[in-house]
Amino acid sequence: MKNNSPVTETELHAYIDGQLDGARRAAVETYLAANPAEAERVHAYARQNEQLHALFDSTLDEPVPEALRMKPARRAPNPMRYAALLAAAVVGGVLGWALRGEEPLTITANLPQQAALAHVVYAPEVLHPVEVGAREEAHLVNWLSKRLGAPVRAPHLSDAGYELVGGRLLPGEAGPAAQFMYQDIRGNRLTLYVRTTADGNRETAFHYAKEDKVGVFYWVDGPFGYALSGELERPQLLRVAESVYRALNP
Amino acid sequence: MRDTNLFDEHIPRLRRYARALTNDRTQADDLVQECLARAWEKLALWQRGTDLRAWLFTILHNLFVNDLRRRKNHPELLTLDDEALDAPRRATQEDGLGLRDLQAALNRLPLEQREVLLLVGLEEMSYAEVAKTLGIPVGTVMSRLSRARERLRVQLNGAGPALRRVK
Repeated sequence: MKNNSPVTETELHAYIDGQLDGARRAAVETYLAANPAEAERVHAYARQNEQLHALFDSTLDEPVPEALRMKPARRAPNPMRYAALLAAAVVGGVLGWALRGEEPLTITANLPQQAALAHVVYAPEVLHPVEVGAREEAHLVNWLSKRLGAPVRAPHLSDAGYELVGGRLLPGEAGPAAQFMYQDIRGNRLTLYVRTTADGNRETAFHYAKEDKVGVFYWVDGPFGYALSGELERPQLLRVAESVYRALNP
Repeated sequence: MRDTNLFDEHIPRLRRYARALTNDRTQADDLVQECLARAWEKLALWQRGTDLRAWLFTILHNLFVNDLRRRKNHPELLTLDDEALDAPRRATQEDGLGLRDLQAALNRLPLEQREVLLLVGLEEMSYAEVAKTLGIPVGTVMSRLSRARERLRVQLNGAGPALRRVK
């Protein structure tokens, strides 16, 4: 910016906060010298900074409570955790930058790919979309829990407009995996792929992947990795993924 | 377990920010504790080499905002609404610095403005860091900062609209 261009409101703030380069600082000072009312305003703002420090800096010298210095053990699910997971998943969300371009945790390796593959194989199936239908839900859940070695649940997603069709057992990378299929009134299908994680009791944020036309939201919660697949736009799929998470963490 | 060197250096500043944000010592430390717990859980998601402080402040911001959202049905805990927290107005600035006036006015700021003002004025982040921490454009940071400062100034000068008194 030219040194003789008019001083902007942003520059006044940058001047107060020490974020203005030297040339423009001189321009601001010239401007303030000629405009006493503005100088008074800037002075009042600068004073606010000083007062904030006067009010709160004593916190810096307080001894840190031991509870804050401890690495916590894993905690039970709580709504706050859910909210933070969600925040991490929202496009352009405040945590988005932290997730950008990173390699997902190894415990989620291939999870979206496997889930998407299982989705494209079985979702179009007309005659045999599932091995065990929703009418035998109790049997389905017991059977899959036995095979996966941990209690599996088939979340109910009617709030999101999807009814359980049923489920099936699938070969996973490190053992058996389960697939639950859901359908809306127009016959659009979503699948929830569930597999056990190698080292159990971990948690991750929601991740999103896209395999060809199939979008996948996947995450790890306790002993399971979950992946919800469907040919939906990302925001719509996220809404269903939220329903799944809520149903599994009531 | 005491394997906490990674976050330790940031804890005092997180506490200071949380204290200023919530105006409540207990709530502030609860918030910081929750923030650190989240950070441990999500450590694998932090990209080494990026700004750990901004990452931690982002987590704290998210927790606080979500917490407020969930508490909205409990008016006694609501701090977002600037009319909900009317304090009797102090008539003078005889305490020299007018610090209590500032604190009261700060609590009446909309949360989005209070956060920006504190991250800039207290935490001394650059505008770009604030934008990254809160997930908003720099232009939004500047407009919130400008509104926050002017609002505080008007209130502390007593030149603004009269504050309601507690009946």
